[in-house]
Amino acid sequence: MSSLPLISTAAPGRFVAVAAAPALPTLVFERLAAMPKLAGVAPASRLEVRPTPQMVPSGVREIDALTGGLPRGCLTEICGPASSGRTSVLLAALAAATQRQEVCALVDISDAFNPHSAAAAGVNFERMLWVRCGMRLQKSGSPQRHPSTSLRAGSGTEKNEKIEKPVEQALRVTDLLLQSGGFGLVMIDLGDTPLKMARRIPLTSWFRFQRAVEHTPTVLFVISQVPCAQTCASLLLKVSGKKLSAVSSKLSAETSPAHTQLLHGLQVQGEVLRSRLERKPAGSVTAAFTTKVRAG
Amino acid sequence: MPFACIFVPDFPVEALLRAERELRSQSLAVIEGKAPLQKVLAVNENARRAGVYPGMTKLQIEACTGLALRARSLQQEAAAHAALLDCAQSFSPRVEAAGCDTIVLDLAGLEPLFGPLPKIARALARRASVLGLETSVAVAANPDTAALAARGFSGVTVIPEGKEAEQLGSLPVEVLFSNSDEMQLLETFSRWGIRKLRDLAALPDVALSERLGQAGIHLQALAHGATSRTLVPVEPLLVFEEVIELEYPLVLLEPLAFLLGRLLEQLCARLEARALATQELRLCLELENGWPTEDSSMNGGTGVLARPGLAQARRFQRTLRLPVPLLDSRTFLKLLQLDLKAHPPGAPIVKIQLAAEPVRPRAAQNGLFLPPSPEPEKLELTLARIAGIVGGDKVGSLELLDTHRPEGFRMLRFAPETFSPQRHIDTKKNNSTFLFPTSSLSTSVSPCLRGDNSDDLVTALRIFRPPIGVVVTMRDGKPACITCPKKEMQGEILWAAGPWRSSGDWWEQEGWARDEWDIAVQAETGIALYRLVRDRLGGQWILEGTYD
Repeated sequence: MSSLPLISTAAPGRFVAVAAAPALPTLVFERLAAMPKLAGVAPASRLEVRPTPQMVPSGVREIDALTGGLPRGCLTEICGPASSGRTSVLLAALAAATQRQEVCALVDISDAFNPHSAAAAGVNFERMLWVRCGMRLQKSGSPQRHPSTSLRAGSGTEKNEKIEKPVEQALRVTDLLLQSGGFGLVMIDLGDTPLKMARRIPLTSWFRFQRAVEHTPTVLFVISQVPCAQTCASLLLKVSGKKLSAVSSKLSAETSPAHTQLLHGLQVQGEVLRSRLERKPAGSVTAAFTTKVRAG
Repeated sequence: MPFACIFVPDFPVEALLRAERELRSQSLAVIEGKAPLQKVLAVNENARRAGVYPGMTKLQIEACTGLALRARSLQQEAAAHAALLDCAQSFSPRVEAAGCDTIVLDLAGLEPLFGPLPKIARALARRASVLGLETSVAVAANPDTAALAARGFSGVTVIPEGKEAEQLGSLPVEVLFSNSDEMQLLETFSRWGIRKLRDLAALPDVALSERLGQAGIHLQALAHGATSRTLVPVEPLLVFEEVIELEYPLVLLEPLAFLLGRLLEQLCARLEARALATQELRLCLELENGWPTEDSSMNGGTGVLARPGLAQARRFQRTLRLPVPLLDSRTFLKLLQLDLKAHPPGAPIVKIQLAAEPVRPRAAQNGLFLPPSPEPEKLELTLARIAGIVGGDKVGSLELLDTHRPEGFRMLRFAPETFSPQRHIDTKKNNSTFLFPTSSLSTSVSPCLRGDNSDDLVTALRIFRPPIGVVVTMRDGKPACITCPKKEMQGEILWAAGPWRSSGDWWEQEGWARDEWDIAVQAETGIALYRLVRDRLGGQWILEGTYD
């Protein structure tokens, strides 16, 4: 092996037998690196290992035990049907972040945020930016396409205006928030967005969001009915209502009058569908917790 | 005791050139007077070379090709004078306004701070240039000599003590007369053949006194550079205002932004010269046509839609209020652009007036272990852009109102406070816990400190805005069946709890009374919990939200 000759192309058109290399892989890498096309290519064994993201508490002890918390600089998605406890988890994470004195932003696509529930959960409103998306007339076309904007009110004809959908607004707003930087937690609430609209969000948007938060201390948190961010989500958690009828079992007897009954809360079960944080197969890892209804 | 004088040659021209820099390379004449009797007040050097001089009529100069004519603007001259004062005040607190175009300042004690006198003079000229004014600066041992040298010599001049007469001797006697009241003396000197200050200085003082009195003696002393007087310092008001009067009305946002950018640069340079920042910008646009006046405030300010008299109906005012003092003309420009795009004035603009409210700059240093927070400049721009997307009333923080009325909250301007370690009082446990400011809280911290105890987890209610109208069938006093066409929901109510009755504001016109029910309905994906509300005043059933 040590006498294996290598072919050198130092002189064009002439092959020269050179002495055996002391370490073959090293020499091969050097030769490869010398080739112009492969100069920037690093061998897989030398690729930089992505550091483990810092985890922050989610506000739910069971979820923290399950996942280690919410990863900073990553996209975390929680999906589940209506009344499955998604929003409760969102409020818990929001409360935990504002109590850590972080500045948070909620992009509310369906304008469904209830301030009284948030106050009961302990959210500090002074550190929370609430963006309420909704149908709104927008002038169509980019500024580049129409370089001169008239100062006259109502100069735009109806043809130049279009109704911007809440999802489009939310994507633009999220872009701005992530590019602005400095937010500890940015949440996108896709909870009531119809499935066909949520699935229509291009994957490139999620990739852009993921790249924007990468190497930043921002936690990007999305709740939806079904997984939307696909492979861009570093952590995908599915929540579902567990034995919903049992919540009020004590008071839900047919004979008891309705006014003596009380909605006690929800029993929620969470399951990790995907986690890129650890190199082990996720799935069938679950946790259960209970939410309570409070006056407010 | 050294003094410096800053003199602006052709002051009316320079005042206009601050806003229109591109005219600096052209011939420019400033005219004043009413239409048939307009005369040239001041010209720049190019116009002077073209044969245009002050005093010529407009008819005489209209034949000159390539000559730009501008009407005199007293407001722009006032702004230029204020900028000149700011320039001087940034070096010395003892500043005298010797004229609208002449500022004298005391340089005593400044050498240890700013270096030798020539360096200070150069720095003064440079600072004035940053403020948009081309000036002549002179330094001398007394204020009058400095003023004469600044008027007579262009550029930077430093006259050593004791050489005043020698240096001033080459100047024409015209530099002694800054106003037209003393032109008779100038004519007398002209008849005597006295052209230079050294000629005046050489006259015998007794004979001069016999012919011209004390005025002649004073002028001779000035020519000698031997006067001595006390400086009369002024305390200029902290008014930062810039104006542009336009030749032609503006109808597009882009050229307006271009001019606003210049005004903002001037304002920021003036504020910087006084080591100040601003937290409020007031933009006043004078419109060409009579239009309803909109006087409103941006960024959460109290908006007022006023319709005053016709005289004021041509003004469009916007006020930009900032949460923290800033001094970045680009940020201001972008904020103004975004606001004007959302609230166009509605008519062509003929005059732009921009004022800044001065405040002390923000002196804050973030801690090493504090959680991240957005930079104020970036945050303001982001909020303005988001407001442009979703609407100004749809973005911000919120405040709960002291009422049981549904939707009892209001939107506020988002301005997160800088972190201050606060003691959080846990009302449930009646003990106080300190919230750690660090973002590196790991799961090893006790759950009671993190507040992540799942026993405290709250069932959230998602609100339907607007509420969804439903048809409900009652059975034994309980809702039994529900039909909701919008959500394609129809069927039996599996479980119901209620009613929870509430009412309020019955003493007002907007009183409300309602019965709330918590219901469980079988949905496609499982059982869904809703809050069902019956309006007792109107009798309608609505779905207010869903528990999630």
